[in-house]
Amino acid sequence: MTTVRIVITLKPGILDAAGQAVRQGLQALGYGDVGDVRVGRYLEIAVPRGADPTQIEAMCERFLANPLIEEWRIGGTP
Amino acid sequence: MRFGVVVFPGSNCDRDCLHVLRSVLGQDADELWSGEASTSGADVLILPGGFAYGDYLRAGAVAATAPIMSAVRAFAARGGPVLGICNGFQVLLEAGLLPGAMLRNRSLRFCCTTVFLRVESARTPFTRGLREGQVLRMPIAHGEGSYYAPAALAERLGQEERVVFRYCDAQGRLREGANPNGSLHHIAGVSSASGNVVGMMPHPERASEALLGSTDGRLLFESVLAYLAGTRPDNDLVARR
Repeated sequence: MTTVRIVITLKPGILDAAGQAVRQGLQALGYGDVGDVRVGRYLEIAVPRGADPTQIEAMCERFLANPLIEEWRIGGTP
Repeated sequence: MRFGVVVFPGSNCDRDCLHVLRSVLGQDADELWSGEASTSGADVLILPGGFAYGDYLRAGAVAATAPIMSAVRAFAARGGPVLGICNGFQVLLEAGLLPGAMLRNRSLRFCCTTVFLRVESARTPFTRGLREGQVLRMPIAHGEGSYYAPAALAERLGQEERVVFRYCDAQGRLREGANPNGSLHHIAGVSSASGNVVGMMPHPERASEALLGSTDGRLLFESVLAYLAGTRPDNDLVARR
């Protein structure tokens, strides 16, 4: 088995209220030059070595992310 | 007439729905466990509020994969009336039975308050007894209820008269302060293209007895009863298609 790492965030242009709140918190702590913050989800999924990358993509598209509002990045090599 | 109330692990408004249907409206109502693959002959399906599967991943996402959802899909495809309330609405969105998606409330706060709703469409089985423009008063209680649809979809929903409810003030106006969660165009409820599947964030089952401050919610259940009894077939979007 190998581990696939998936990061899911809201698409650009969709208001990330949690990201804004985190940004405010960072600025309150004195990190005033912090820019946009996006809060997302991170998943590690164990899959058989050599698993079909289109299957991982399908998992994201059908279930792990909501394509209407979210985008995803897949890391690690199956 | 038999109502089926779908119970997911983590549903918590199922009992409230069953109470209103049985004790207030005197109807037969069964619990339908989400692990079953059948809707057991119900005439109307209610997906209640709560936190199905802990809202893990996204609200409603895991519940949308539950065994009963294939049966719910088939029931909806046959024109059966389905009402998703709060978390039930989120499940219907994630299952693709309704258009759009939910974002966290713009305030990031869980909103537990009473709101006003304007009826935008009286063409669904659950609103046919209501008047377009009528203002209803009902509670909301959610953290992820900011309705979102991409611009093209939002426009299509407007054209197809699929927005069923909008948040408004007591006079029915769409004031900025009368949008508790930041929903796009104040949208509080939408329907499927054929109108028989409706989702809404407010809780009609918590507004069905005078003791609880409002009986406006009862109108939705009475509407679907009248729909099933076929008393007003002329105004029925489902029958017309």
